[in-house]
Amino acid sequence: MKIAIIDYGAGNTRSVQFALDRLNCPSILTNDKDLLLSADGIVFPGVGHAENAMKSLQEKDLVDFIPTLKQPVLGICLGMQLMCKSTEEGNISGLGIFDANVQKFNSGVRVPQIGWNKGVRSEGRLFRGVPDNSYFYFVHSYYAPVNQSTSLITEYGIPFSAAMEKDNFFGCQFHPEKSSATGEIVLKNFIELCD
Amino acid sequence: MLTKRIIPCLDIKDGRTVKGVNFTSLRDAGDPVELAKRYSEEGADELVFLDISATQDKRKTLLDTVTLVAKEVNIPFTVGGGISSVEDVGLLLKAGADKVSVNSAAVKDPDLINRLAKAFGNQCIVLAIDAKEIENRWMIHLAGGTVATSLDLFDWVKEGVDRGAGEILFTSMDNDGTKLGFANEQLAQLRAVVNVPIIASGGAGSIEDFRDAFLLGKCDAALAASVFHYGQIKIQDLKTQLANCDINVRI
Repeated sequence: MKIAIIDYGAGNTRSVQFALDRLNCPSILTNDKDLLLSADGIVFPGVGHAENAMKSLQEKDLVDFIPTLKQPVLGICLGMQLMCKSTEEGNISGLGIFDANVQKFNSGVRVPQIGWNKGVRSEGRLFRGVPDNSYFYFVHSYYAPVNQSTSLITEYGIPFSAAMEKDNFFGCQFHPEKSSATGEIVLKNFIELCD
Repeated sequence: MLTKRIIPCLDIKDGRTVKGVNFTSLRDAGDPVELAKRYSEEGADELVFLDISATQDKRKTLLDTVTLVAKEVNIPFTVGGGISSVEDVGLLLKAGADKVSVNSAAVKDPDLINRLAKAFGNQCIVLAIDAKEIENRWMIHLAGGTVATSLDLFDWVKEGVDRGAGEILFTSMDNDGTKLGFANEQLAQLRAVVNVPIIASGGAGSIEDFRDAFLLGKCDAALAASVFHYGQIKIQDLKTQLANCDINVRI
């Protein structure tokens, strides 16, 4: 069982890899399409600016490729945002997997949101064994509004999608690799889905 | 609702934690990894590592330490101390750091903040500031507080955020080491100046000091070293008591 982490120059790949190591899940960091296709699961990480990240995905010819993947795919933070239809950050189109337009927080809250916030009403396969109102670690200025794929809602001035799920595609706005024991349950659930 | 954060700060020198860490149960109190794990298990929300080594191979040792911590610890951590270039930050983030803090280098070269925010996003750039009151004005100090500047605290914080800092770590040198509480008045004033999260530092001596920093200083996170290292305040007790004061914390 092997998880491939998409390597497109996006910041926190190391932390994700270490988190998988802690769960004894072998992983590789790659942007080779054959290796990605042969992996049991894919993690699509991301930290930084959406426009730069999309450019980098284009350079690696991954924009049309990622939505065609058939195995479980987990987008984290910016990775999840890029899986949406569009984002206000740089006013660009995303991969269009989730039917959501990513927006900037502007409801009188501190931006970026940095820290631990509660996930209410956790539904979906990533949150098996995760109690309602568990805390997750967030670092972001943009958010995906609640939509039909939302599997976890968090409130920050307004309710937003802390996680989404659609077919084999999953997204977490929070960082499971940094969300202590709760984050480990989420990653473990994802690994089990890849089996 | 977003919770208030409690952040232990660890000074690192040549890959080892320094400054009176007093955990009797640890096999090796100088091991940053063991300490980080311990704090994480006790409920710390985040950690800050401040590298104070001055050796030639400082950078390599620090990168090794960062990787060792990132391998073992499942909460976020910030690394600071002598960071002065985009290259430095790129290497630290690659090694596994979640955020970096810049201090003196940003004062000497303010555009560094713009370059870092552009390269890595403002969410991982913490602007660390040491300031103290001189003739009724709060002035920025450099190099661990040893060098005074003519820069005003509030002007600099505003400029730093305009340039792309995603978070402010404000250490009041007047309060640091006193154990008489954080600089709540200045923290509340900073709150009115910028809209990014503010981490209070300097002066923690009691649980009430943390409560006041959140309620009076309106800060988003509070950082301390010795009260945690010497076991004077246990993070679990601290959080329980803060929750009793209706302060939203992760327990």
